[in-house]
Amino acid sequence: MIVELGHYALVLALILALAGGTLPFWGALRGDERLMTIASTTSIAQFVFVAMSFGALTYAYVVSDFSVQNVVENSHTLKPLLYKISGVWGNHEGSMLLWALILVLFGGLVALFSDNLPLKLKALVLAVQSWISAAFLLFILVASNPFLRLNPAPFQGRDLNPVLQDVGLAIHPPLLYLGYVGCSISFAFAIAALIDGRIDAAWARWVRPWTLAAWCFLTLGIAMGSYWAYYELGWGGWWFWDPVENASFMPWLAATALLHSAIVMEKREALKIWTILLAILTFSLSLLGTFLVRSGVLTSVHAFATDPTRGIFILCILCVFIGGAFSLFAARAGTLSQGGLFAPISREGALVLNNLLLTAACATVLVGTLYPLALEAITGEKISVGAPFFDMTFGPMMVPLLIAVPFGPMLAWKRGDIVAAGQRLLFAFGAAMAVMIVGLALMGTPSALALFGVALAVWLMVGALSEIAFRIKLGRASLAESWRRGAGLPRSAWGTMVAHFGVGVTVLGVIGATAWQSETIASLKPGQSMTIDGRTLTMDGFVPISGGTFTGTGVRFSVREGGNLVAVLEPEKRIYTVQNMPTTESAIKTFGFSQLYVSVGDIAADGSTVVRVYWKTLVALIWLGSLIMTAGGVLSLSDRRLRVGAPKPARRSLAIPAE
Amino acid sequence: MTRKQRRLTLISLAGIVLASAVGLVLFALSDGITFFTSPSDVLANRPSPEQRVRLGGLVEVGSVVKEADGLVRFAVTDGKSSLQARYVGIVPDLFREGQGVVAEGKVDANGVFIADTVLAKHDETYMPKEVVEALKQSGEWRPEDGAAPQAGNP
Repeated sequence: MIVELGHYALVLALILALAGGTLPFWGALRGDERLMTIASTTSIAQFVFVAMSFGALTYAYVVSDFSVQNVVENSHTLKPLLYKISGVWGNHEGSMLLWALILVLFGGLVALFSDNLPLKLKALVLAVQSWISAAFLLFILVASNPFLRLNPAPFQGRDLNPVLQDVGLAIHPPLLYLGYVGCSISFAFAIAALIDGRIDAAWARWVRPWTLAAWCFLTLGIAMGSYWAYYELGWGGWWFWDPVENASFMPWLAATALLHSAIVMEKREALKIWTILLAILTFSLSLLGTFLVRSGVLTSVHAFATDPTRGIFILCILCVFIGGAFSLFAARAGTLSQGGLFAPISREGALVLNNLLLTAACATVLVGTLYPLALEAITGEKISVGAPFFDMTFGPMMVPLLIAVPFGPMLAWKRGDIVAAGQRLLFAFGAAMAVMIVGLALMGTPSALALFGVALAVWLMVGALSEIAFRIKLGRASLAESWRRGAGLPRSAWGTMVAHFGVGVTVLGVIGATAWQSETIASLKPGQSMTIDGRTLTMDGFVPISGGTFTGTGVRFSVREGGNLVAVLEPEKRIYTVQNMPTTESAIKTFGFSQLYVSVGDIAADGSTVVRVYWKTLVALIWLGSLIMTAGGVLSLSDRRLRVGAPKPARRSLAIPAE
Repeated sequence: MTRKQRRLTLISLAGIVLASAVGLVLFALSDGITFFTSPSDVLANRPSPEQRVRLGGLVEVGSVVKEADGLVRFAVTDGKSSLQARYVGIVPDLFREGQGVVAEGKVDANGVFIADTVLAKHDETYMPKEVVEALKQSGEWRPEDGAAPQAGNP
């Protein structure tokens, strides 16, 4: 009964989405206020009904209702409660329902928290949002309905894919979707602005918090996915340039560009058309990602089932929204008021450079992701584009960007002074050079490239700190005065500093884990040892384990450093009994920011086991840096000017000094 | 700077960034990609020892030998021909005889495939697409008969 209610709620949500997409839209075009105000109600109601529907499916999972096909295929009574719940989106149908839930959640939030928006803009934004939810709700109901019943109901389910039975499934998809789907709001704002034909600094100020929030979630989601793949897959890799990873990385790059261009638009009323284009592009890349991941054109852990009708359906949604948005853009962009031009050496100029490099880098990732698909479709030749391609393209695009990052906040709006900015960054430059020179002296020229990367990371981190040090006159005024100035700085300035610092931290982690990791493989029997990077691992023996739907063996290692026991690690070999599927659970111990990573192969009859050990230098910084970036985003989001609805914000922002 | 000069600066900057991106992509596409082959392809037309290839097929039944220190020797077959392969490391959990496998690496002078990456399917219902294609090409894939050929225990 509850399952039917969930199904019914989904149908109601679709009808509401159709109503919310048409009536307010019509009202906005005719200037009918009564029709426009419907938008908020329908958006909130859509959220309520999709949430009910999602709740119903979750209920079916929690009570293991095996009359529902989706539950049978992905659940099991012995599965721990956490995986029963996260299993709701551990399959195609459920994950699409989560997608829709987050889509209507954002619509509902706009309806609730955007009282300062002009009625017409709000109605249009929510109408566009409703079109998107209508399309996806229709897709769920027609092509991937999670509420299909099964008769007769089996006594037991087939269990969730063991790889997905991890706490990562509870965290990664919701975060990623909050980011991915959150980009729909800036898209809806862009389309609304194009229809409305008006766009100004206030528009950028309304869009920015939504973009920033989505960006924060996307950053966390990608970082979490990366860490999950790192510890779960047992290969010790944290980024594979897998098309599915790229599918989430491209919207991130575009959203990062959008965040920066929206600042220019807000402060200087320039780059308007470009910002609109980026907003459309970002969500288009999210949709493309959904298509790549969910349609089954790619095979990966993320592609749950390959059903051609679903692929075609998503492709249609993709074409309608991307095609429609770009046609609208082509038709209307010319009618929007142009923004002002500015000197190349200025804050605006630096942000344009940021945008150019980010979008170009995003384009190289797009080519690398789609080229194999296009080539196969056209010539039938099959290739795989992997890390070498992206190292050659994405890497070089990032270097000038990262070098430029510390300059950006140092330059004034309108007309900047690059020499003065350089002088203020002298300390950061000196620090980077010192690291490079000391490193070269210690490690020699073979590490030159890696040391350049470290120097770049130092440049980014010290450069970010220098900016704040300069703005609060650290060392040039009394500490009390610096403190007072620091407290007076807008939070967005602190946010910028923190986020840019985080980029440096991530770069350092990437370089460390790439250049200085070591790896050893050995076949050990209990009692035997191996060494890696000055640490000795001794295999102590085997421990039987069991839990949920698996049984298996833990292999216990003690790690000694100079004779002292520093860690006990227990990687596992598990067998998930329902699907008779083996998995490997690696064991990780963090030393400082570096990690010791152990995974084991099959255990032979005589007890000998292949053991693969990695020493991952500074690897934890990759994710720590992402967390710091996110913290910067959150700090920026808490800025007063975004929280307080300014009645006439367009011009007031100029009062904030550029430095 | 006049308006015109400013616009020109912006456009040339964009031009430079775009041109370098295109250049890098074209360079990388000639060098940084891996071609997909099947055992029959390799035997008919052996790639040079420097060229990275992606080999797809089934792990031949009875071919897997696990030696000390993580060396795994196995053969990849597409039903028509089979190719010897070596890999040092821990093979994926679902690497089994008779199951689909995709290996990346190079073919050495003796015609042995030296894999540096081995991917197997990651659940019971999935067969790597490249493997399906390789089997189709060699005529070993007959969808009309139902399931894919499984030379061994499924």
